[in-house]
Amino acid sequence: MKKYIFITVSSMALFSAIFVSCSDNFVDRDIEYSIDSENYFNSKEDYDKALIGAYDLLQSTYINVLMGEIASDNTLAGGESPTDVIGFQQIDDMTHTPVNDNLKNLWDWMFAGVQRANYILEFKDKIDFEGKNQIIAEARFLRAYYHFELVKWFGGIPMNGDKRFTPGDEARVPRSSVNEVYASIESDLIFASNNLSPNASQVGRATKGAALSLLGKAYLYQNKFPQAAATLEQVITSSKYSLVSDYASIFEMNGENGSESIFEVQYTDVEGAGFGCLQCSEGNVAVGFSGIRNYTGPKYTSGFSFNVPTKETYNAFEVGDSRLNASVLDIAAWAAANNATYGKGNEDTGYFNQKYLPRVRSTNAQGDLNLTNPNNYRAIRYADVLLMAAEALNRGAINDTKALGYLNQVRDRAFGDTNHRISSVGAALTDAIWKERRVEFVGEGFRFFDLVRTGKAAAAISGFVVGKHELFPIPLVEIQFSNGNWSQNPGY
Amino acid sequence: MKSNHLLIIFLLFATFGFAQKKDIAGIVKEQSTGLPLYGVNVTDKNSGNSVSTDFDGKFSFKGIASGTTLVFTYVGYKSIDYKTNVNDSNIVITMVDEAKSLNEVVVIGYGNVKKKQVTGAVSVVNSKTIEALRPVKVEQALQGTVSGVNVTTVGGAPGADISVRIRGISTNGENRPIAIIDGYQGDLSTLNPSDIESLTVLKDAQAAIYGTIGANGIILVTTKGGKKNSKAKISFNSSTGIQETSRTLPTLNATEYALLLNESYANGGKSLPFPNVSGLGEGTNWQKEIFNPAPIINYDLSISGGSEKISYAVSASHLSQEGIIGGDKSGFLRNTARISLGADVSDRLKLKANAIYTFQTRKTLNDNGLGSVLFNALNVPSTQSAYDSNGEYSLVPSTAGLGIEIINPLAQIENTYNDYELRKLNGNIGLDYNLTDAFVLSSSLGFNTQSGQSKTFAKQISYGGKVFDVNRSSVTQGSVFDNNYSLDIYGTYSKKFGEHNVVGTLGTTVFNEFGNGLFATGYDVPYNSWDYADIGLAKGMPTTAPNSSYTYDERRLSYFARAQYDFKGKYLLSAMLRRDSSTKFGPNNRVGYFPSATLGWIISDENFFGGNEGVVNFLKLRGSYGVLGNDQIPNNGYVSLLNGESTYVFDGAIVNGLATGQIPNPNLKWEEAKKFDVGLDLKMFQNKINIVADYFIDTRADLLIPNIPVSGILGTAAPGASAPTINAGTVKNSGIEFAIDYKNTFSNKLSLSLGYNVTFIENEVTAVNNGTGFIEGGAFGVGQPAPSRMQVGKPIGYFYGYKTDGIFQNQAEVDAAPSQLALGAEAQAGDIRYVDINGDGVINTSDRTDIGSPIPAATMGFNLQLDYKNFDFLAYTFASIGNDMVRNYERTLSDVNHLDYVLDRWTGEGTSNTAPRVTTSATSNNVFSDYYIEDASYVRIQNVQLGYTVDPKYFGKSGISKFRVYLGANNLYTFTKYKGYDPGASSGAPIGGGIDYGFYPIPRTYLFGLNVNF
Repeated sequence: MKKYIFITVSSMALFSAIFVSCSDNFVDRDIEYSIDSENYFNSKEDYDKALIGAYDLLQSTYINVLMGEIASDNTLAGGESPTDVIGFQQIDDMTHTPVNDNLKNLWDWMFAGVQRANYILEFKDKIDFEGKNQIIAEARFLRAYYHFELVKWFGGIPMNGDKRFTPGDEARVPRSSVNEVYASIESDLIFASNNLSPNASQVGRATKGAALSLLGKAYLYQNKFPQAAATLEQVITSSKYSLVSDYASIFEMNGENGSESIFEVQYTDVEGAGFGCLQCSEGNVAVGFSGIRNYTGPKYTSGFSFNVPTKETYNAFEVGDSRLNASVLDIAAWAAANNATYGKGNEDTGYFNQKYLPRVRSTNAQGDLNLTNPNNYRAIRYADVLLMAAEALNRGAINDTKALGYLNQVRDRAFGDTNHRISSVGAALTDAIWKERRVEFVGEGFRFFDLVRTGKAAAAISGFVVGKHELFPIPLVEIQFSNGNWSQNPGY
Repeated sequence: MKSNHLLIIFLLFATFGFAQKKDIAGIVKEQSTGLPLYGVNVTDKNSGNSVSTDFDGKFSFKGIASGTTLVFTYVGYKSIDYKTNVNDSNIVITMVDEAKSLNEVVVIGYGNVKKKQVTGAVSVVNSKTIEALRPVKVEQALQGTVSGVNVTTVGGAPGADISVRIRGISTNGENRPIAIIDGYQGDLSTLNPSDIESLTVLKDAQAAIYGTIGANGIILVTTKGGKKNSKAKISFNSSTGIQETSRTLPTLNATEYALLLNESYANGGKSLPFPNVSGLGEGTNWQKEIFNPAPIINYDLSISGGSEKISYAVSASHLSQEGIIGGDKSGFLRNTARISLGADVSDRLKLKANAIYTFQTRKTLNDNGLGSVLFNALNVPSTQSAYDSNGEYSLVPSTAGLGIEIINPLAQIENTYNDYELRKLNGNIGLDYNLTDAFVLSSSLGFNTQSGQSKTFAKQISYGGKVFDVNRSSVTQGSVFDNNYSLDIYGTYSKKFGEHNVVGTLGTTVFNEFGNGLFATGYDVPYNSWDYADIGLAKGMPTTAPNSSYTYDERRLSYFARAQYDFKGKYLLSAMLRRDSSTKFGPNNRVGYFPSATLGWIISDENFFGGNEGVVNFLKLRGSYGVLGNDQIPNNGYVSLLNGESTYVFDGAIVNGLATGQIPNPNLKWEEAKKFDVGLDLKMFQNKINIVADYFIDTRADLLIPNIPVSGILGTAAPGASAPTINAGTVKNSGIEFAIDYKNTFSNKLSLSLGYNVTFIENEVTAVNNGTGFIEGGAFGVGQPAPSRMQVGKPIGYFYGYKTDGIFQNQAEVDAAPSQLALGAEAQAGDIRYVDINGDGVINTSDRTDIGSPIPAATMGFNLQLDYKNFDFLAYTFASIGNDMVRNYERTLSDVNHLDYVLDRWTGEGTSNTAPRVTTSATSNNVFSDYYIEDASYVRIQNVQLGYTVDPKYFGKSGISKFRVYLGANNLYTFTKYKGYDPGASSGAPIGGGIDYGFYPIPRTYLFGLNVNF
């Protein structure tokens, strides 16, 4: 019996020793070689690195440009077939519904940009260091940039101040009104314009001029003409920017970040990309999508033949306008003159968006070459500032003479002479400015929103329903995620 | 059967017993082989004297009283009591391997029970079946041999992954069951099948002893060991085979292709691409060009035996297999070496040790997806020749009609260079200490340590403006180390109190897996050649960060307790409780408890049953219920880490920052699998018929959904970011399993064994709590919405698209039907008519609906073994009924080749109501609809083998005890209506599986093999 007692006691002792030594502390381990995002921002470098992340999403705005063009009367969806990227096809035909993968991408990517900017802003008071205001100002510029895209596409959107959204906010944070979104954009850009350096420390960073230009644009979109005019004229009078004499050269590689460039989304092709994560590409995905199908020949490389300009777009240019050939490529004529070959895709018009066609690539270019085109997106050009200022001065009945001056600077450059100047005033000048905007910016993604904000969309875009298509639908799944918190845009 | 004869003899002679002393000699043989058994203990029950048999199985006893009972005992065999009688002088005793009786011991995790007393749903595949099937990979031995287990391949490429699903697909995360090898967590896929003694599949709550890893079922692997007191047994097996494709698809020949294209162009209002089709002939048969017979060679050698205190087994194997596409470009090689040792260190202390070394190499071709070799072979026009006039691989033209993804598959094979090497050591050391007769303390340390080296060479190549063009050569190398160990310490108390039997188990397990990976890329490989493809030589400056790495360290601490109780061996009860804490879960939910219970009642042991000599020899009812967990989710999902992608361009160069990755979910916890099972085990007609039936309901609640779609405002779509893993779903699998075996030995010349099993599973998603009620996945065509969904009320991964209603025969029908413009183009006569599901008078995205499911309604296996004289024959078949598959290997471009079903296309009113017109003009015929969904039910003859065993006496004293040669065929034939290569293939993805980009077909293999035992 003693033996059993001994065994029982000793085995109990053994077991308890094991159980004690194997406590739950065993599973409390640090995660090796990783940085916890909530214990970050301990140095200036930490803020710098997070800021790169906020810039990163600018590259995903390719879809805004591409779909903005397709939505407008400038281009058709094109592609391989009528079922190729059905989301584009539907937007082209104004048959889009709240179920649209591509609109969902746009929503997701712009909010991802907001979230990354707010990551910095949420921790903006954690430490102090020299140059912090520049970083905060860049972050606020970026937040305003993404908010502006969102408000253009979807109207009022949820906003959460300087804090990131956390799971559950979709069912708690309501959609702000359009005015509230613009108020936030204005506040961000006023701060940015007061704190950003006029000169970028690195090419690609937001500057004071970029912030003022975007602020002016935001004012213009709200028809706040005096503010728009005053803000945009600050850019003009700064004399930091000037029109490039050769319009076509702006859109070639060596025209990037030129004297006319106020803000450009930077792209490169030295890093590979795939369809699995288009927003991860460091290249301009819109360029490959707009490329000539199966093209072989000089200057260009091939692409997917989306976003093809219409005959009507081609005809919108006046005789002698140097912008026609820089903007719209007549592929048949080009092929005949340059011994090039090409294929035809869906809704082939024979025209391509010359500004953003894939160019011949360097040997460093990484695949998938269709997704990594390095063409920067000229987001804000000085020509845009001039025309916006002209429009604000004119429509605000502030100063038509000045307005004419700005407009004619743009026209002089386009025609290479002073014989095509406009001299009208009042409403006729307004029409002239709007007409100028179309030919100056064709292929740059502005047209649809210009039509909407000026009330001309229904007349220009077939299928456009007034009271509905001014805004795109909130993605259906987002409405579902919000659990009744967000209502759908009218008409959808 | 001989044991029954003995019983009869015993019964007959028992009555003639006389108390008379005499000498008795005899020989003890093994029943199945007839070989003498060495070291059998023979005890005189009266005197207690005992002797052992010699190497020839002989024994002799002097001065035995007639009527004395001799007890024959031998480890692993059923003991025999033999009552001597007056006539005995030279007796023959045949001993039966316990594995063939109800006393067979079944491992159930941290212990074992007699098969008779198993109360869970447990299936066993033993070495005999594995030896008969001779699978290349272990998982294949589970296909069709046990009910409730479905095995699918990702394709037939050598070494391709195989997915095992126990009782259906329960989660859209990881469905793989955990393998426990000799008590430690391991990996089935690298084992040599001939090293396996048995595979035990725990399908129900019986697996709850494994707590948070048991939800997907547990496969317990027992490796072969030596037997004590046995002569060395040397076994050598070899087989050589030729593999060929089990299927080629009927593509159009050059003339058919040209005629079809002409029609398509004419319908589109374009000029004819082939104004003159005469002389085109058959053209190139691309499938013939890429499929080639390929060898497979397999050898293994094992030596096992034991003395009184030591048992050992040593084995080595070699397998090399080339691919039916690309030969050694898709080759697989596996070498293994293994040692197993058992020792009685003292009367009370037993040691066992096992170590397996595995070396594998594998080369792969792009074998699934847009751009796979087969995808190319099916889509390249047959009018194109394989080689140009210089003997170089021809280039597929880059035209709008052929796109930019289709390349010459021969050139693709030639220019594919990669290599993967795996070196792995795994094993365990265990000690059992008998503190008392009733209490055993066991400990085991198991480990896996492996290194994987990979290398991929991207050759600088131009296919003439295709997406696979490579501008700059590069070589990417990876080095991955994975390690884990599990330490188990547990005590087992077994005691009999009268007619009450009690077994209690209490223990703890510590599991830790850790490892790291390092990847790097070098550019500008010298001579653009595989021979020089190494980062050491590729010195070109990178333009982006060329390196990456990761580490992980995951841990689990568990305590478990089990009580097993039976009364009179016929009322059986067990209860288990496991407590797990795991690093996989958030700090708020680190610890989980997993209880379960099983019950059994052996009705045939009841008095009212009238004994077990009738028609029904054995009947048991059993039931189980328990809660199990699944923790196989991405690591560190509860904390927000800066592992996202943050890359932009400043000053014209790439700059990298930091950004958040996955959205954290601090409330992350384990999935709960609530498993209910009732079953029946039945043996009839002198145990010749054996039936096992089960009904089960497996409800997976709090389903862990990694990257669950959540609102985009959270930033989940940022580069490198992802949505959180959330416990947000419920999936229910319920079904019936039924297995029946028939075994009979008609004479010593003829024996027959038949087996049939069937599993019916109904899968239903009952909750997806993310606000939308569904999750999308998979891909179809180019630029089309996701085709597959997990949605409440539907089977997981069902296909979501448009329903068709034949073909529009004329314009009047088109005009009368709802507009299809929103799909892409307005319909014309000859186009597919889609069904207006919601009846709103227009066909658009809202009309998508359930159009099929990749989950089979039933799977079944039918197996036959026949021995006649020296011949043996076996056949294994498997069938899957009711699974759908998506035909997605057709590139929907105007100039690609087609399968011959398009010959039945619509060409005018009344010509076809199944296949639409061909045209180059815009149609909506390519949207994802049930036109692309096919019934992929199939019956496959998996394995047929005919063997001949040469009588050992021909080999005289050479020592050969068995010499068998066989001819076999694997995957001999598949009966199916499915048009593609392999109706049984699946990517394994729960959402988006069953979408066929041209799966590498499973090869048909003809084998010649040899088994020799010494």
